[in-house]
Amino acid sequence: MVEKSKTFQIIGHFVMILLCVFCLFPFLLLIVSSFTDEQVLIREGYSIVPRAFSLDAYEYIFANAETIFRAYGTTIMVTVIGTVANLLLTTLFAYPLSRKDLPHRNVWSFIVFFTMLFNGGLVPTYIMWTQYFHIRNTYAALIVPTLMMGAFYVIMMRTNLSQNIPEEVLEAARIDGAGEWKILVKVVLPMSLPIIATLMLLVGLSYWNDWMNGLYYLTQKKYYTIQVLLNNMLQDLQVLLTNSSAASNVDMSSMPSTSIKMAIAVVGAVPILVIYPFFQRYFVKGITIGAVKG
Amino acid sequence: MKSKSFARRHKRYVPLYLMMIPGLLYLIINNYIPMAGLVIAFKQVNFRKGILASPWVGVSNFEYLFTSKEAFTITRNTILYNLVFIILGTAVAIFIAILLNELRGKFSKKFYQTVILVPYLISMVVVSYLVNALLATETGFINQTIIGALGGEPVSWYSEPKYWPFILVIVNLWKQFGYQSIIYYATVVGLDSGLYEAAAIDGASRWQRIVHVTLPGLRPTIITLTLMSVGRIFYSDFGLFYQVPMNSGPLFDVTNTIDTYVYRGLMQSNNIGMSSAAGFYQSIVGCIVVLLANFTVRKISKEDALF
Repeated sequence: MVEKSKTFQIIGHFVMILLCVFCLFPFLLLIVSSFTDEQVLIREGYSIVPRAFSLDAYEYIFANAETIFRAYGTTIMVTVIGTVANLLLTTLFAYPLSRKDLPHRNVWSFIVFFTMLFNGGLVPTYIMWTQYFHIRNTYAALIVPTLMMGAFYVIMMRTNLSQNIPEEVLEAARIDGAGEWKILVKVVLPMSLPIIATLMLLVGLSYWNDWMNGLYYLTQKKYYTIQVLLNNMLQDLQVLLTNSSAASNVDMSSMPSTSIKMAIAVVGAVPILVIYPFFQRYFVKGITIGAVKG
Repeated sequence: MKSKSFARRHKRYVPLYLMMIPGLLYLIINNYIPMAGLVIAFKQVNFRKGILASPWVGVSNFEYLFTSKEAFTITRNTILYNLVFIILGTAVAIFIAILLNELRGKFSKKFYQTVILVPYLISMVVVSYLVNALLATETGFINQTIIGALGGEPVSWYSEPKYWPFILVIVNLWKQFGYQSIIYYATVVGLDSGLYEAAAIDGASRWQRIVHVTLPGLRPTIITLTLMSVGRIFYSDFGLFYQVPMNSGPLFDVTNTIDTYVYRGLMQSNNIGMSSAAGFYQSIVGCIVVLLANFTVRKISKEDALF
């Protein structure tokens, strides 16, 4: 019995290690390739074995740092403003919904919930934002269309608040003469810091990773975030891939070459890979909270 | 008298209503107006005249859409891929969750959990670069290193549709399995430990314990997550089907889904009529599917239904 259990443990750990390699292998390929000499890459292809170490790709990036740094700056700005605005809207909306004494509470909740069942889809949304709100080629295009993320987080937060904030606490504050706004700021917010922090992480991640707003609403390079920039370079590559006759007309010197392509992808992915281990606990928490029905 | 008490009753809640106004406004603009905007599927959109003044054309957009070959292709692709993702994804995630639970070693378990979540955190654009590093015809790892070592002929991956159903399933699994495994693992960890002790006292083997305690304990989570995925069966991950195959024309037959079709119609081929018809079709059928899925679960076990 003990023997059998030991074998199970060994095989089990082996399976998990294989899965971890499966997860990390493409990143290793990306990082090693970005540090490999261009000529070697063209001759021998991408590889996880470090050969002919070279910083050329990164030197090129830093020589043309303006675009990249600008995109970084935009990403950071969009992530910060978007996350704060999102959390503000979500919290302000979710708290009244969490109050059991709110008149017509179910109607209000249904208004939120219905947007998860049914939506207008891309075409009407796109036409509305571009034709009536004129957000094409503005910074707002990167923030506003995803401000409430399908209302799912509102429901999540409403449920969390109504479970975690006892009515007696609210009642006590009211007896002390606190108004609703004061109760929200002094009582509810401090008690719901864990859920707010968790949501901030999830919302912040989706702003950092977002490239679809850029794809839909941006054509001018100066508004690009790092992900939109990456996406744009991928599309340059698509032109080459899908249309080889057009390729001969493209100025090759302006195209990101083999190693630079990988280096830029590294630049886009690394900040998340670096900070993730420190927040791993909260990510896991956020994911598991999100999975329970609201 | 009655109106006075009505006013007094509501006066207390004015601050709460004020708090809700920004969110409500946002939902009305971002969600409810586009719902009304679905009517453009019955119009011939003319931006110069504006949406309201554009002429009505009845169901002709739908006639064009459903007489084209694409309508079938995009519906088939969207549904079939989603079915495979749901079945395979759930099976793999449950397997890993149970395995993690049975393994010993606090540190290594923590390490596995951290690593398998990494792909989930990366944007689809970066994933496309990763896939390209593997599949690029001239410089890709698979053509150069693996096929090269085996002495085979390099494959032109981005123009061979037959490989893509497998590639897309693998890429999706790679990106999502960690996330789903963590959810199931959290459920397993939260199961009543008394049941395990009782099973141990009864002399249950590991296998019996898994089948009779763990799996039944996972049932509500399986139902909830599957129900949510089935509800999204008419929707696809745009990045997975557009970016990862690099928008490559020869692959459209196996990579075109409703979402990529709508996008290409709107932004590239300037075919707003068919694009909005496809979007209308997606919204309506998608909503019916959610209601049906929930209704079915309600019939079988009421407490597991979402609403």
